[in-house]
Amino acid sequence: MIEIDDVRKCYGPLEVLRGVTMTVEKGEVVSVIGGSGSGKSTLLMCVNGLEPIQGGRIAVDGIDVHARGTNVDRLRQRIGIVFQQWNAFPHLTVLENVMLAPRKVLRLPRREAEARAVAQLRHVGLGDKLNVYPSRLSGGQQQRMAIARALAMQPAYMLFDEVTSALDPLLVGEVLDTLRMLSSEGMTMIVVTHEIAFAREVSDRVAFFHAGQIHEIGPPEQVIGNPTRPETVAFLESVL
Amino acid sequence: MFTATLSWNDMLFLIEGAGTTLVITLLSLAGGTLLGLVFGLVRAGAPWWLNAPLGAVLDAFRSVPLLIQLILANAFKPIIGLPWSNFTVACVVLAVYGAAYCTEIVRAGVLAVPVTTRRAARSLGLTWRQDLTSIVFPMALRVALPSWIGLALGLMKDSALVLWLGIIELLRSAQIIITRTQEPLLILSIAGAIYFALSFPIARIGARLERSWNDRD
Repeated sequence: MIEIDDVRKCYGPLEVLRGVTMTVEKGEVVSVIGGSGSGKSTLLMCVNGLEPIQGGRIAVDGIDVHARGTNVDRLRQRIGIVFQQWNAFPHLTVLENVMLAPRKVLRLPRREAEARAVAQLRHVGLGDKLNVYPSRLSGGQQQRMAIARALAMQPAYMLFDEVTSALDPLLVGEVLDTLRMLSSEGMTMIVVTHEIAFAREVSDRVAFFHAGQIHEIGPPEQVIGNPTRPETVAFLESVL
Repeated sequence: MFTATLSWNDMLFLIEGAGTTLVITLLSLAGGTLLGLVFGLVRAGAPWWLNAPLGAVLDAFRSVPLLIQLILANAFKPIIGLPWSNFTVACVVLAVYGAAYCTEIVRAGVLAVPVTTRRAARSLGLTWRQDLTSIVFPMALRVALPSWIGLALGLMKDSALVLWLGIIELLRSAQIIITRTQEPLLILSIAGAIYFALSFPIARIGARLERSWNDRD
């Protein structure tokens, strides 16, 4: 379970998160929607400790992410994250990209790490690209590789930060299909997205973010289908 | 030995000098690169109160002519009571001089690695050190290698200045032979050819590495 409790985050004088509270249960898919700059992506980086917070508390499986004694490197093994820019490691092949963390972090033997990486790459449909360098892949393929790379750590949670925003419209579908597959397998996910139709389809709950706060959270039929707050209505009108 | 013509012994003498040049270059390059790695990482990521003074000191080493540094270091050596040979002083001064340049090369290389890529590495659970060794160094190396090759070749040629400390390296041994034979054009050409022969493989290896990396992009 991910518990986010009254989290505050500032960049200098700019307050990006202004008291965000939500929980994500095991097996749940929660989508976060809202305008650009509303703090959605920042929240994800706070959840796995890539960004410090200035107030409140985030706990993953009961472990306080930002507490002084917490080993974030170890905690991150349980929380996979995929970014808008897929961030392939350009000097490694697709297979090596995916094997790296199992080898270095989990210290798996080469053969085992390789088997795991190959399985994940096949899972996302890249079984024929193992020994290719990332620069030879399309954006959608690189993004699926990034997903496989995160999955190879066998995380309990997956965070997706606008993973289709930087993609050619033609390539969005293949990445969304991969996310659909994960959700059908019962992966716990927080999905920050601008794809409202997709959020409606896969989410158990949808959170609407505006100006650093959650204005509305609930089942998609409610938040997207029948929003009550004027900010939500305005946002949905602008994107749909 | 006391003839005015170029003998086989003279050639051996030149080659011996070339050996000294090579040893000084390799030692100072190794020292300069190690120091440059550490300083470059500091320059790329440390807070200003550490970064600024280090930058200023290294700027001084880059701005003062190497010859002055060599002579000053050699003069200060007995004053502060260092029991170093002239050879050691030469290597240390060249190493620090090389480090001042290497620092900027490393810094530029490290800063060329996108923050987002490093963040992706850390998000997989890689520690700071693992991120450095598995992601940052290999990626930075590709950016920094051409400049580093330039530094290596530059150090080899700059090492000629250590003749002022009485070290008989390639250029000094050429001078000695010129004094006797009075054949400066021939002997300087030979010395120049030896410098070229020492530099050429380094440049070729660099070019080959770059090509193999470019094939992947």
